[in-house]
Amino acid sequence: MNVTRGFTGRPRVPRPGLPPGQYDSGDDWPVLSAEVTPDLAPADWTFRIDGLVAEPRSWDWDEAHTLPASVYEGAIHCVTSWSKFGVRFGGVSLDAFLDVVRPDASATHAVAYAHSGYTTNLPLADLTGGRAWIAWEYDGEPLPAEHGGPARLLVPHLYFWKSAKWIAGLTLLDHDEPGFWEQNGYHARGNPWEEQRYSGD
Amino acid sequence: MTETATTGGFTPPTRFAVPGRIAVSDRAAAVWQTATLTEIRRETPSVATFRFAVPGWAGHLPGQHLMLRLTAGDGYTAQRHYSLASPPDDAGHIELTLDHVEGGEVSGWFHTEARPGDEVAVRGPLSGFFAWPGDRPALLVGAGSGVVPLMSMIRHHRARGLDVPLRLLVSARGPEELIYAAEYGAETTAVFTRRAPDGVPVGRLSAEHVAPLLAERPPGGWEAYVCGSNAFAEHASRLLVEAGQPVHRIRIERFG
Repeated sequence: MNVTRGFTGRPRVPRPGLPPGQYDSGDDWPVLSAEVTPDLAPADWTFRIDGLVAEPRSWDWDEAHTLPASVYEGAIHCVTSWSKFGVRFGGVSLDAFLDVVRPDASATHAVAYAHSGYTTNLPLADLTGGRAWIAWEYDGEPLPAEHGGPARLLVPHLYFWKSAKWIAGLTLLDHDEPGFWEQNGYHARGNPWEEQRYSGD
Repeated sequence: MTETATTGGFTPPTRFAVPGRIAVSDRAAAVWQTATLTEIRRETPSVATFRFAVPGWAGHLPGQHLMLRLTAGDGYTAQRHYSLASPPDDAGHIELTLDHVEGGEVSGWFHTEARPGDEVAVRGPLSGFFAWPGDRPALLVGAGSGVVPLMSMIRHHRARGLDVPLRLLVSARGPEELIYAAEYGAETTAVFTRRAPDGVPVGRLSAEHVAPLLAERPPGGWEAYVCGSNAFAEHASRLLVEAGQPVHRIRIERFG
């Protein structure tokens, strides 16, 4: 593409950790969700893992909080091109949940589904190894409802539409199955470093 | 067209989302095209419409958006999502209506530098979720520049002479900030939050605005499209739910 006449961009200093095509949103944390924010109290929240696992099970709020606490500190990246640095989420590593249900060797992918009905698909390898969380705190406070509270999935190394708000469960599959945005033209994996924004990227 | 169920038999307590209704072209979404600015029209003191020639544009549906990219001399790029303001039947041309955002890197270029003949890159149309092909009764609720994708729907409705019911509730701070003010017709109710013409009440969108529209519920019910800031989207979507609009028939586009 040719240079845009008269466009210089805002003054910039090299920002380590900023994927291509992204800008630093600073203090802003835009809200992007296509649905009505559900009225979901912690007492009504549950999280289930089923599909290709040895022991499907559900956790309620109190049961989930008995698992070892885990924190993510770092950046998040939205496909609409903002990235936010220095975020701090508290919750539980998804590994702790998966250890309980024991995924089958045949499980390769997961569909994450939300209490709102939203779905998104992920390779199972992106949910294990300390790279994914169930998060219920932001900056030491309860996660606000508009950002997915009481609890959301957090997969910070992928574009943030993969981090399903109001997470209700995961279904483990032996194949990939497009979720809500993926059926709407978004990329199956969504790696910000490879700019996997839309299907075909 | 896709009408796809969610996986695994899980029934969400709050049913979401009519899934995407429109199959999005992978090819169109993946390819950057050159868009040449042909015209700039002032809408309000801080908002202008930018018309582009995009000869290879594959067409879009009212409500869809695109990604736009500007490139600096040193190779730096800035890209943003913008809703399409123009109706589909505008062969080879598209229009965007942009607010001049304080300190906005891309909107600032458009409002202070851009002139006809300039070229930018666009890809799209994107997402079949917040899209309305004109087949179902549509209740549109927008504020500020959130009215942009809704205006594409109104223009489509008019251009095609559709008789499916269409209503618009549009909120602006005052008459001088109402985008497309001269284009609204009987389908539109304007709500002014700070300043209003004589005889028109001042106040935010309320149940009193929403109730009459839900009372005249058409056969099959409304498909509701809400667009604006997050604060407005939260407020308007709650009003709709409280007035009886089903949660799963509300589509929201939030401008961050």
